[in-house]
This record gives sequence, C-alpha cells and structure tokens, in this order.
Amino acid sequence: MNDDPLLARLAGLAVEAPAGLLDRIAARWIAVPSPIGELSVAWTARGVAYVHQGDGFTAAFRARFGRPLLPATRPPAGLVPALRTGRPSGPALDLEELGDFQRDVLRAVQAIPRGEVRPYAWVAARAGRPGAVRAVGTALARNPVPLLVPCHRVTRADGALGEYVFGPAAKQRLLLAEGVDLDRLDGLARERVFYLASDTTGVVCFPTCHNARRITPAHRHGFRTLGAARTAGYRPCRTCRPDLQAA
Amino acid sequence: MDCLDPVQKALLDDLDGGFAELYGAHRDVVFSTALRLSGRWADAEDLAAETFLRAYRAVAGYDAERIAALRTRPWLLTILMNIWRNCARAKSRRPPLDLREEPVDTVDPREGVEEAAMRRETGDELTELLALLPEEQRLAVLLRHVSDLPVSEIATVLRIPEGTVKSHVSRGLKRLRTLGGVR
Repeated sequence: MNDDPLLARLAGLAVEAPAGLLDRIAARWIAVPSPIGELSVAWTARGVAYVHQGDGFTAAFRARFGRPLLPATRPPAGLVPALRTGRPSGPALDLEELGDFQRDVLRAVQAIPRGEVRPYAWVAARAGRPGAVRAVGTALARNPVPLLVPCHRVTRADGALGEYVFGPAAKQRLLLAEGVDLDRLDGLARERVFYLASDTTGVVCFPTCHNARRITPAHRHGFRTLGAARTAGYRPCRTCRPDLQAA
Repeated sequence: MDCLDPVQKALLDDLDGGFAELYGAHRDVVFSTALRLSGRWADAEDLAAETFLRAYRAVAGYDAERIAALRTRPWLLTILMNIWRNCARAKSRRPPLDLREEPVDTVDPREGVEEAAMRRETGDELTELLALLPEEQRLAVLLRHVSDLPVSEIATVLRIPEGTVKSHVSRGLKRLRTLGGVR
C-alpha cells in the first residue's frame, strides 16, 4: 500500500524515540559497598536520588518515587569513593522530589566536614529556620540519600548521638570510621562541656571542629554554653560557626 | 495465559522488568505520535515521558487479571491522548504570557544536517498540511498512517466506532491530496 506516495510520506513521519528518553522516565539502581555494608543506590538523569540499606529496596523506592527502577551495570562516577571516604565531592544528587525545607536542611548538612559533628539546632539555623529543630530531626529521618548527605554527622546538643535512618549503631560506625573520637566527646559531655576555646586564639569552637582539635591541653577551656564562652571573652569560630543556632 | 504477549507476561512477572519490555515494544510509536501531535521535539519528549510514567504508576495498581486483559499499545496511546488533550485545554484556557512565539522546532539537536534537510523536504510540508485538517480527521490519519495502528485500536484510543474511524481517515486523506495538489 506504500505504492501510494502520500501514505509512504505519512509513514515517513514516524521517528525513533530518542536514546535519552528512557532516562527521563526510569531510575537505575545498583548495589555498592559502604563502611556499613552493602547499600542499594538509585539514580535518575539528574543524580543520585535514593540510598537504601537492607531488604525492601524496590518496594520502598516505588512507594516513594513512583518511577520504574531498572538495574544498571555500573555505578555513577564518584559514588563508590564518596561512600567509602565520606568526602563531599561525590556524584550529583537529585533532590527534586523533596520539599524546600527538607532540601535546605540537606544542603546545610552537606556543609558539615568529614570527621566533625554539629547539633540539630545548628542545622536548623543554617537552613534558615532556627526554630525548627524538631522538624530538622524529621527531615533527616527521611533523608533519601544518607551517607552522601552526611546526616550521621548531626548529633544531639546533650552529646548523645541521637537517631539515624539506618539505626544508631550504623551512625556510630560511620562516625568512628571517619575518625570522630566518640569516647572523647562522651567524656566532655559528662563534664557538661559542649564548646572548646583556645586562650591563644581567643576563639571558641564545637569540640570536633578541626580548629578545636588543635588546641593543646594547657590552652584549652571547656564551656557548657556559648554564652558563657562569650562572657569569658571568646569569639565564635568562623569555620564551625557555633553562633549559628538559637541561644 | 497463551494469549498474552511478551510485554504482558513480563509485567505479570515483575513490574519493573515488565516496564522495560513495555517501553522497548512501544517507545517509537508513543514518541512518533507525541511528536506529530505536538509538533515539537521538546514537547514530544515531555509527552512521551509523562505517558510512560503514568502508565507505570497505573499498572503498579493493577491486579494480574487486569494486566492480562490489557491491550498495551492502544492503552498507552489513550494515556498519551489524554495528557495531550489536557495540556492543550490548559494552554487555551490561559492567555499566552509571552507574545514572542517560540520558533516551531521539530528538530532533534542530535540529528545530522543531511537527515534534517531530508526531513524538512518530506516532513515539514506534510505536517503543515496535516495541521490544516479538522482535528478528528487529523488524529485518525495520524494514528492510522503515521503511527500505523489498526482501525480497531484507533477506535479504542479515540473512543469512536470503527466505521467513524474509517470515514475520518478516508476524508482526511482525500483532503490532504487536494491540499497537496493545490501547492
């Protein structure tokens, strides 16, 4: 019937679907190693969207994203090293499906360096909502990309590690793996010390700040509150920003 | 179960694996139809992606019986047609914000110069003529002769009797020949 030139020309209007179309629809996934065991990771064309530990990955992804999930043969560039080292130069993230507040919270958490911890109130302030400390906890409990957005580095103001998406034991393992001295932090918390100041620089820091870790014992002063440190003449560190939280 | 096609079998077996089969079997017809409906490459990508996404979300809620009864191609094209109609309706409802009309662009940026030149000769003139047809004739001709659907499936997609499909197709073709002859 394609002897008819009109029909042949109409048939010629059919085209092949572009190669990149599937990536706009489906996510890809792969299992990768991490310091807390094997993780399932899913990503879209925009970046990594979901990191899951344990059973029920497919069902959890489907419930959360409503998008087809196809197996990949290799992980996105940079994913495996980012999970292993906890350094921030990981793969791009796809946080499109999240609300503005949760996205702001995750961005704030991304600023916490490897080997350091910050309280929930600090994250709330950095996300631009200093009063929303509890909401920060909820947002982190629903962090779709743990490890890549290091919510394990957010701990309670009283020195306890607090909750974690993959459970408190995983939080502890991750912090120890990146060199946080949990025994020392625990010891300071028992003495009600949550800030460390140096009388040579006149600066007060969070105890895990790399500036605080350099203070020699002879020049180190512990404080329970930032207000007390300020009264004693110390200014908040410009690196770890202990002043970034409601008083 | 013998009457099931491979796509249905795969969907019954595993939703995500089945989706890959569904996409592989129908991506070209869905994209071609989307392109010739919307007239623009970027819109066609949006339409086709949204169609497959909605299809996936729908089938996730279907039981085995419903999947077994599915005629996947007309089902997908019905979804596409619904999205397209809703978009067209939404567009006509709100006044254009920008008076600068974007250039009509059916060009794939990855398409080669030669291919583009050839397509322009065979494609653009014909799509212009198609745009002159009344909508029911245009859709029938498009689904029958561009998307290559049988009349029975077109009847499902357009929700009209088969006889009506045939008459829209033949009137549309006749009109295209007249219009083409005039030029």
